[in-house]
Amino acid sequence: MCLAIPSKIVKIENGMATIDVDGVQRKTSLLLVEDAGIGDYVIVHAGFALHKIDEADAMESLRILKEAAAFVEKRGQDNIESS
Amino acid sequence: MTIKHMEEYRDAEISRGLVEKIRASSTRKIRLMEVCGTHTVSIFRSGIRSLLPDTISLLSGPGCPVCVTDQKEIDAFIALARFKDVILTTFGDLMRVPGTETSLQKEKAEGCDIRVVYSTMDAIDLAVKYPEKKIVFLGVGFETTAPTIAAAIQTAKQMNLNNFSVFSAHKTVPPALKALMSMENIRVDGFILPGHVSVIVGRDAYTPFFEQFRTPSVIAGFEPADILQAISLLVMQIETGSPELANAYGRAVTDKGNPTAERLLQDTFKIKDVAWRGLGVIPGSGMKINADLGAYDAERQFAIEIPASEDPKGCACGEILTGIKKPFECPLYKTRCTPMDPVGPCMVSGEGTCAAYYKYHG
Ligand code: SF4
Repeated sequence: MCLAIPSKIVKIENGMATIDVDGVQRKTSLLLVEDAGIGDYVIVHAGFALHKIDEADAMESLRILKEAAAFVEKRGQDNIESS
Repeated sequence: MTIKHMEEYRDAEISRGLVEKIRASSTRKIRLMEVCGTHTVSIFRSGIRSLLPDTISLLSGPGCPVCVTDQKEIDAFIALARFKDVILTTFGDLMRVPGTETSLQKEKAEGCDIRVVYSTMDAIDLAVKYPEKKIVFLGVGFETTAPTIAAAIQTAKQMNLNNFSVFSAHKTVPPALKALMSMENIRVDGFILPGHVSVIVGRDAYTPFFEQFRTPSVIAGFEPADILQAISLLVMQIETGSPELANAYGRAVTDKGNPTAERLLQDTFKIKDVAWRGLGVIPGSGMKINADLGAYDAERQFAIEIPASEDPKGCACGEILTGIKKPFECPLYKTRCTPMDPVGPCMVSGEGTCAAYYKYHG
């Protein structure tokens, strides 16, 4: 089971990072990501960081989602509540 | 604006807009399959099914690693636990999976030393702490988990540990998609491809599958909005008759994947044909430990003889995992089979389809 939300790196010691997810701290190995530093958000699975989330990519994903979702406004209707 | 805990993706307006878009564009009856246990859980938890129009059916595919593990391997895990000097280490969801006669949980109650760990590195720590014991880790999982196990094997090698080994039952997703689409009776109109498997393998890993079958496929993240976006793209592709292999999880998935993890996988594992529950033997779908790392391969280090084993009687997990049946079509569902007393693995794992139906459908 994957942890869906990215975790923030708050400390790094000997290739092991301490990560914070909603206030819970855990140790995570950085063996699988090359350039993660303190303050970065990483995707963590089974005690290993797998990917560093790039802020620009995250903003771009969000922009695409918002654009896709803006459909409702364009159509000027909102009938989801009735579903 | 900075993206902190990614709350922005949970903006209800985004999901609402996407649902509306799906409703307005979906006219044909279609079946979409997700192939990732975390997607299964996220779809149930967020109630996405109830928001979709009747035209769209969501199916869960072979995306729960514990569920697709062959019965014979489950029996082998149990046999390993019975070796006197072994400390067996595993992730938690394997503990209650029923083998032919017993489970790891029952063996633990009988006195076998079996420990649930959070990471393979915990197993390495145990190997250092108990040099007189043999620490065996049960490697179950897809491309997301396999690199973490490869990293542990390479670490054990660097540390010259001679009491650490892994039983590798790792599997790869793209060959399973091919196998699934080649089966008779299978109708899938589009795939929601797994998020974190794709972080490792990258979008390009699905290209051979996509080129062979031209089934619309979209890589998705785990927030409800991510999943809705993937569904919306799939509906568009199907309605317009223009299948694509798309990546809707661009903040985490690249075309090439994670090169460090891929290198580690290549250095540690060899691709083999292996058996999946429900799907049979799939060519090139298993990761077994390389011969030069034989000292860390539990299958070589321990003589385990397992007679041919059969899936639990009456359990329809095989058909559940391929989307042929829904849990309530299994006569044992909620009668003889419950999360407290599971008959098959799909009712054990939190990611199992039967367990998810039980928890969220009441
Ligand atoms: S309900 Fe139980 S017995 Fe039936 S398919 Fe699911 S796990 Fe197997």
